Amino acid sequence: MNKHHEGPAYAHVVSVRTLLGVFGALMFLTILTYAVTYVDLGALNIWVAMGIAVVKGTLVALVFMHLLWDKKFYAVVLMSALVCVMIFIGIALLDSGQYQADLIPGYAPSIIP
Amino acid sequence: MSTPHEGRDEHADPHLQHHFESMAQQYDSGKFGMWLFLVTEVLLFGGLFCAYAVYRANHPEIFAYAHQFLDKTLGGLNTLVLIVSSLTMAMAVRCAQLGQQRRLKQMLAATLLCACVFLAVKGVEYQHKWKHGLLWGTRYVAQGETAAPADAAGVVTTPEPAAAVPVPADGGTTLPHAATGPAGLAGDHPQDGHGAAAHGGHGSAGPAPRNVQLFFGIYFVMTGLHGIHVLAGMIAIGWLLRRASAGEFGPQYFAPVDFVGLYWHLVDLIWIFLFPLLYLIH
Repeated sequence: MNKHHEGPAYAHVVSVRTLLGVFGALMFLTILTYAVTYVDLGALNIWVAMGIAVVKGTLVALVFMHLLWDKKFYAVVLMSALVCVMIFIGIALLDSGQYQADLIPGYAPSIIP
Repeated sequence: MSTPHEGRDEHADPHLQHHFESMAQQYDSGKFGMWLFLVTEVLLFGGLFCAYAVYRANHPEIFAYAHQFLDKTLGGLNTLVLIVSSLTMAMAVRCAQLGQQRRLKQMLAATLLCACVFLAVKGVEYQHKWKHGLLWGTRYVAQGETAAPADAAGVVTTPEPAAAVPVPADGGTTLPHAATGPAGLAGDHPQDGHGAAAHGGHGSAGPAPRNVQLFFGIYFVMTGLHGIHVLAGMIAIGWLLRRASAGEFGPQYFAPVDFVGLYWHLVDLIWIFLFPLLYLIH
């Protein structure tokens, strides 16, 4: 409705339609991720949930956070952090998977009497 | 101290700081700074997600058991509330860019309201956990013996574990843990390895695994830090609302709205991952 309003010279204005579209998609995906927990997919459940979360996060970052229209440098900055986090988690998992079972016979120490 | 913008474009915006060439340059610098800050936030939460991943990979039965004490309807409701707030925040940025003063204030107020609802729901959840001893470390109260009557309060329906027997749920010795030396070091729990007890149990909890307090420690640190970020966001949005009431924002100067918006969307984004990881464990 306000499409021909004058916007700023140095930034992109996202249309209401795009924002509402993304909002609808996010709502739908939230309900989907909730509903899918009632379906037993075994080990796949966590990956389905994470996949939906990644899609939702991508939508938020690209549209709500303007990454789609901004300088690509900001996207590079964000991705570099995400890659570092993934390396961090991946190596921590590999590492703890190697020794955790043998570190303490039986189990981790319980502090609850 | 005479003219701050001496020798510059006579159309220079009063919001243009003296060390920037133009509003565009000022905006880009601010935005870059904001993204660097958001990256440190990603790394901060990344450490917590790492702790989550390591503990879940090593003790899946704890997570499968303990997540039943979270209310996924309330968690889902909070997810929807945050998504609505992200929409209103994105709309607020748009309104600021277009100079729609009245709608800008409305959108900021709506975002603030959503944040309040989020924290209120979180408060209800925390209160429920506090009451039932679903807490971190030594504050955790073993469920089953104590939780059953408390459910009559009907605050939230949590499926209680079936085993209400006063026998140690891990099937271990009935000796007090003090008698077996440093707890867990006795090595008399051969069945306690990975995949024991409630591992993979959906909805129907087996006997409670040990060290359930680990889950609640992770839960409270992650949601608590996120809640602090929501609070900080509310302060920032309140500040925006005050400035918007003074009519400071418009097509030439909307950077603060945009940057707080970026922060708010990141807080939403973190919750998008926290929700399935904590509440929707299958």
